[in-house]
Amino acid sequence: MADGPAALEAPVAEAAAGAPFVRVEGVSKKFGTFLAVDDVSFDIARGEIFSLLGGSGCGKTTLLRMLAGFEEPTKGRIHIDGRDVTDVPPYERPVNMMFQSYALFPHMSVEKNIAYGLKHEPLSRGERADRVAEMLELVQLQDYGGRKPHQISGGQRQRVALARALARAPKLLLLDEPLAALDKKLREHTQFELMSIQEQTGVTFIVVTHDQEEAMTLSSRMAVMEKGRIRQIGTATDIYEYPQNRFVADFIGSINLFEGQVRAVSGGVAQVEVEELGQVSVTAEGEVAAGQPVTLALRPEKLSLSRTEPEAQNRVAGTVESLAYFGKDSLYRIRLASGRVVSANAPNARRGGEGQWVADWEDDVWLSFAPSSAILLVE
Amino acid sequence: MAAITDPLEDEASRRRRLGRWFHRQGYMQGIIAIPYIWLVAWFLVPFLIIFAMSVATRTPTAPPFGFGGENPLLNWSHYERLFTDSLYIRAYLTSLVNAVAATALCLVIGYPIALGIARASRSWRSILLMLVILPFWTSFLLRVYAWIGLMGTNSWFNEMLTAVWNGLVPQAWELAYVPLMNTNAAVILVTIYSYLPFMILPLYANLERLDLTLDEAAMDLGSRPMRVFWDITLPQSVPGIIAGGMLVFIPACGEFIIPNLVGSASRPMIGAVINDEFAYARDWPMASTVAVALLFLLVVPLMVYTWAEQRAEDKARAREQEG
Ligand SMILES: Nc1ncnc2c1ncn2[C@@H]1O[C@H](COP(=O)(O)OP(=O)(O)O)[C@@H](O)[C@H]1O
Ligand SMILES: [Mg+2]
Repeated sequence: MADGPAALEAPVAEAAAGAPFVRVEGVSKKFGTFLAVDDVSFDIARGEIFSLLGGSGCGKTTLLRMLAGFEEPTKGRIHIDGRDVTDVPPYERPVNMMFQSYALFPHMSVEKNIAYGLKHEPLSRGERADRVAEMLELVQLQDYGGRKPHQISGGQRQRVALARALARAPKLLLLDEPLAALDKKLREHTQFELMSIQEQTGVTFIVVTHDQEEAMTLSSRMAVMEKGRIRQIGTATDIYEYPQNRFVADFIGSINLFEGQVRAVSGGVAQVEVEELGQVSVTAEGEVAAGQPVTLALRPEKLSLSRTEPEAQNRVAGTVESLAYFGKDSLYRIRLASGRVVSANAPNARRGGEGQWVADWEDDVWLSFAPSSAILLVE
Repeated sequence: MAAITDPLEDEASRRRRLGRWFHRQGYMQGIIAIPYIWLVAWFLVPFLIIFAMSVATRTPTAPPFGFGGENPLLNWSHYERLFTDSLYIRAYLTSLVNAVAATALCLVIGYPIALGIARASRSWRSILLMLVILPFWTSFLLRVYAWIGLMGTNSWFNEMLTAVWNGLVPQAWELAYVPLMNTNAAVILVTIYSYLPFMILPLYANLERLDLTLDEAAMDLGSRPMRVFWDITLPQSVPGIIAGGMLVFIPACGEFIIPNLVGSASRPMIGAVINDEFAYARDWPMASTVAVALLFLLVVPLMVYTWAEQRAEDKARAREQEG
């Protein structure tokens, strides 16, 4: 706990030194013949909040359980703080887990739950009581120490589970869908609470979630998983703006995907022939060659909408098929000449009512985008 | 002429009456009443009859007891005898010791079995449970007779025990056979065998419902498997232990057939005493007194337990309201 502030500065230094705090190396897990986790590798720096993001059943919990020591990897190694813990039993790992169901001990009071892990620490009775009080304060449950888990609310239970997992000052805290059981409002509030607690304690967090917004808000970096594999690792910006494959592009946020073929590449700009859009020019980030089939991905908010034909080189005409008003912006569904329907967001920058918006139902409009706004996916 | 009633009011009151009948509350009470009626008819009434007999006086009539007349209306002398004649006290003690020993050993043997079944894979569980219940498919008497065969001096079982014993003790203590038949140990052994399923089944029902995530959480917080059992599994299985304990202890206390067939005649249990007083001594009032005392011996601890449980719960609730 005392090294909290120091730990906060550590990620940068350590990443530079090339000594990851958690290293997962080619880990796979088979249940019978079913491959739940498939050759997963990643590194995490000390003090990071790292998210594992993916749909239900993609192997997030299984991966977390291998980090905690409840499942043995079929293949691969796990290192924590420079030590190979692959064969270390859970009770000897410097890791604590907050379970999706919270797993509070029903026959023990809140205090006893939090104190449970401290039994194994060389602490005096007074020190232990102090630590429990400190934890109760951290999660703002000072007045609830004597209650049993069934006598407190769901949100309070979640905080007891967090306090219990943090009480032993683990080097690494694993959180399995920590907010999934809370209602929306409490979830948003608790997100920030989690972040502030992480900052105060400096403990490295690995958070499992199926909620992309949660992953983006909470974590410094995230791994997007599909069918037991990691499809991309990066910051929220990396994942959102520079997805590396169709799955990630499609999984995070909403996006318009088009099939096309590269005609020519010159000066870092690719000319791509897309059936629905005609020939468009797109900034090429990776290796692309003429003749290559590609997927063009366009986020709705990267498309500009206008009633008059724009100057932009990448433009296409269409008709507003429907629009949904969200207050600060509106979502337009625009039918192109080819029959393809494209989503576009436009901010409602001026106040107005019907007839005052950028475009209205059945209007003929133009869509345009900058070459650097489109994402070129070769996979 | 009869009083003329208002037809409208009559209609309304009839409807109210029928409404009460079909009202859910009434229905519920009706359903709850069934077990009460059952208990009153088959427990309370017979108990009162037995109790009445226990304060009657023995007579040479048929039935062999009477109240009033030349006899006192309430004759408490049998209860006095209960405490003065060492036969009864010894029998109660034997019953208690045997029942406590059988219950404790059933728990020690049954707990690992129940835990094993609860933690076995789903397909194995039903097979193992089946095996626990299987003995019930043969007659209880037959099974006790089988034990008589096993415990006899020339049986393979006795020879095996003898070999084990002789292998363990110094030469001076060696035996030709282990004396089992007609001993109190035989009563405990056969009682354990007979009542073990009654310990295993409620324990299994309890252990099977426990959330294994809690065990993982305890292990995650630094507890080794033995410690996890002690801190998490055991405290949560207390209701199962109590249920199984009651199911073994209560019938074991009043057990009659087992001590009769394999026990020692010089150390009768209470069931045998009741039977002897009733059938051979034809002292129905004394037999009834012994039976009433047995009931108190069994029911009082149960009531104390229920009361303590209730008080602990009330206390917890009161504390919650304060907090
Ligand atoms: N103990 C197990 N035995 C067999 N299959 C399992 C086991 N645990 C998980 N699985 C399977 O592995 C897959 C991944 O599960 P899980 O890691 O819980 O997914 P997530 O947490 O991402 O929803 C699922 O298809 C699940 O059915
Ligand atoms: Mg999960």
